[in-house]
Amino acid sequence: MEKTINLTVNGETRSIAVDVNQTLLEVLREDLGLTGTKKGCNQGECGACTVLMDGKPVSSCLVLAVKADGKTVMTIEGVAKDGSLHPIQETFNQKGAIQCGFCTPGMILTTKNLLDKNPNPSLGEIKEAISGNICRCTGYVQIIEAITSLAKEKNARGGV
Amino acid sequence: MNKPNYTQVGRSVPRIDGPLKVKGEAIYTDDMVLPRMAYGKIKRSPYAHAIIKKIDYSKALELPGVIAVITGEDGPNKWGIVPQTANEVALAVGKVRFWGEGVAAVAAIDEETAEAALDLIEVEYEPLPVLLDPQESMQRANEVRIHEDAPENILHAGEQLFGDPDKAFAECTYVLEKEFHTSYVNHAFLEPHTALASFDTPSGQLQMWSSTQVPHYLHRQLSIVLEMPMNKIRVTLPAIGGAFGGKGEASPADFCAALLSRKIGRPVKVTYERSEVFATNKGRHPCHMKMKIGLDQDGYIQAIDFDNTLDGGAYAGWGIVVMFYTASMIHLPYKVPNARARVRRVYTNKPTCGAMRGLGGVQPRYAMECMLDEMAEMVGISPYELKMKNAVESGYLSVSNLHVPHTEYKKCLQTAVEKSGYLEKHGKLPFGKGIGLAGGYYISGTAYTLYQAYKPHTTVLIRVDTEGGVTVHCAAADIGQGCNTVMAQMAAEELGIRYEDVHVVSGDTETGTFDLGSFASRLTYASGVAIKDAAAQINQKLKEVAAGMVGCRADQLEIKDGRFYSKFEPKKAIEWEKVVDVYTNAVGTLVGIGHFSPPRLKGIDLTRGKRVQGANIGHSPTFGFSCQIWEVDVDLETGKIRVAKVTEAGDCGQAVNPMSVDGQVEGSIMFAMGQALYEEMRLDAEGKMINASLHDYKVPTAMELPEIDTTIVDSYDPTAPFGVKESGEGPVQPTIPAITNAVYDAIGVRFTDLPITPEKVLRALKEKQALNSECSGS
Repeated sequence: MEKTINLTVNGETRSIAVDVNQTLLEVLREDLGLTGTKKGCNQGECGACTVLMDGKPVSSCLVLAVKADGKTVMTIEGVAKDGSLHPIQETFNQKGAIQCGFCTPGMILTTKNLLDKNPNPSLGEIKEAISGNICRCTGYVQIIEAITSLAKEKNARGGV
Repeated sequence: MNKPNYTQVGRSVPRIDGPLKVKGEAIYTDDMVLPRMAYGKIKRSPYAHAIIKKIDYSKALELPGVIAVITGEDGPNKWGIVPQTANEVALAVGKVRFWGEGVAAVAAIDEETAEAALDLIEVEYEPLPVLLDPQESMQRANEVRIHEDAPENILHAGEQLFGDPDKAFAECTYVLEKEFHTSYVNHAFLEPHTALASFDTPSGQLQMWSSTQVPHYLHRQLSIVLEMPMNKIRVTLPAIGGAFGGKGEASPADFCAALLSRKIGRPVKVTYERSEVFATNKGRHPCHMKMKIGLDQDGYIQAIDFDNTLDGGAYAGWGIVVMFYTASMIHLPYKVPNARARVRRVYTNKPTCGAMRGLGGVQPRYAMECMLDEMAEMVGISPYELKMKNAVESGYLSVSNLHVPHTEYKKCLQTAVEKSGYLEKHGKLPFGKGIGLAGGYYISGTAYTLYQAYKPHTTVLIRVDTEGGVTVHCAAADIGQGCNTVMAQMAAEELGIRYEDVHVVSGDTETGTFDLGSFASRLTYASGVAIKDAAAQINQKLKEVAAGMVGCRADQLEIKDGRFYSKFEPKKAIEWEKVVDVYTNAVGTLVGIGHFSPPRLKGIDLTRGKRVQGANIGHSPTFGFSCQIWEVDVDLETGKIRVAKVTEAGDCGQAVNPMSVDGQVEGSIMFAMGQALYEEMRLDAEGKMINASLHDYKVPTAMELPEIDTTIVDSYDPTAPFGVKESGEGPVQPTIPAITNAVYDAIGVRFTDLPITPEKVLRALKEKQALNSECSGS
């Protein structure tokens, strides 16, 4: 059974006919071609499919597309602006917070949500925020270093 | 030899694929969609051991949208990463040997239809007794045989004897014998296996995109299963979402995609679900080990006796290699004058074990480092002192013919001990708190071709022209470890330019020159040799042109920072680009081709099959080393182990990219910590995996991350290109024993099986308490 949903994805309003059993992850990847959102487990455990829905991180494999009707969704493709990397992306790149890159999109969106609501997170708050995003390559250290340095920068600039 | 002043090697630069990855624009295989592409799914066995009586897929074919169904008969040729033991098939033929083994595959217009079709395939099985324990498997081999050609249910067994351990033990002052058991763990890389095959019927060409770390071996195995010449197959690697050994052989996803594509003349993509990643496993071998170590009165190791039964699961895979590695790995990083290893790799009805980060080293290292910890207590010295006494030095040749041209292992031990305050803390912390030390090492640059050949293991072609600039071609696999970036740095160093100006074309059997693959920590070393070789040819030709432009002899020119200059009059200089421009105008595109072949050691003769025993890792040109010190808090109420701090010091030779080395080391530490404390695949009595998901199979998250302090110790191997060694597998070696030693220091209990769960800790504490009260009561 199909249903038409209206949602804003990365700033663009989209009207899409979806199957009622389709997940948001499937719609993003298959219907909208936004393949930066990754499927690692399809059970909401690995965090690779994290997107921001109305500003909050969700596992898009657990969200039925019809539940995204009327919502605003940001995927990794919507993070860079006007061709230049977002500071989080730039810092992840500079600090070695990436290896295979499969967790990276979800990790960056989780980080964005964290820093948007808490520009000065403690180490414990950072760990907790990214605890739903599994990274098997880096051991998290350089990811946390990247987030910490972003927080410092943000504070130095008086918040962004 | 003095360490040269490098400008590109030794720089902590970002990955060359970093920008694409942070934007979410790096393309992984499952991101690809081709015109007319069909989706493949695999029907899997609900039995761990059964005869396939009948497969009826007529109803599946009737389902609208289903294009084709294949079974084992469609591609029955046996494949295997080790040709001598190849016994796997794309889909089961006649019999299934583990839960989850593929029995049929469907191609349909979409995934949903393909899945629905799987339910319509009717398979009739005759269940057979299931063997899940290697001891039971050997004992019941007369009654239950997993493979017809393995009458004892043993893939292979080996014995290696060096010196006279029995005589040596008789003369030892301290002898300890213990058993250790390691667990059944999976790589849990984030990107499931995925393959996209596109067969062009008119030309008979097959294009494969696959998430693999061994494009060359996948290429060969496709050729065998599909009965197609290799020159009709091209393997291309999109971005790879982690591998850790788990993509170190072909997977049925590759074969099913290729067979289905050839059958229907359309592209077919097969991407595994997470449960299928677990079901097809190829993770670390559980090892049941008995180890005996003898020390003389001064604490010097005199002999080791090692007996290892490897639980291999259903098929051969990397098994024989892993088995011999476990035997070989006892010979370092300490001097062992007498040693015996008896090893056997046994079939069971489990998803097959294979290669996993630090292959063959992790298990014996666990036993050996724990035992040396205890033996230090017997001798009455600290484990640090015992390990320093026995540690190898540069130039060491083991009795098994492993040659260590260079090592800073002692510096690793010293650094970690000093930075952690180990000597002040060990044995002196309050009950429940502990500190543990362990060392380790891994091969670097080694590998045989798994089929018998002497061809170079890596070839690098460097192309220089005014149009494309500098491009390094090599069919190496960047699986996330960052080899493309490291190759760019090494090429830039040797050519005298900046790494930012080097393009890398890798992971493709057609556009890349030959490489064996990303495994055995071989690539930095191997590609480094080949890059130096190729760049030297280019530099020679450019110098001849530059000489005329600068006005000095070619052999007096140096190249650095993008300039050719006279080493006697550095002001006499010319820009690198200008020289290239003149060269290309006169001659055309300039190429250099370099090769790497591992050193051939005396007595190893692959083609005639004569081998010096123990030489399995003997081809390793050098070795990386690591020492780790772990500090733990054991919660006496809950049994939970909290890791407070890890101090690591590693010898990776010259770090090409220190930031990348840190990432390898930190990643290794967390990876191995998972096996020590949390991870284990569990099977029920029928062999069905009961935790085949990332919900139930617990890998470390950021919440488990302890404070980690790593040091790249100053090191330079003068025999290695740019002085390099490995950094991605050595640091997984010390983790498990260092944690175990720390727990021992905390509560006085030695855990000899993994993972060390809170339940095991509580049970042990209870037993200890009971024992204590018994003692005090008597």
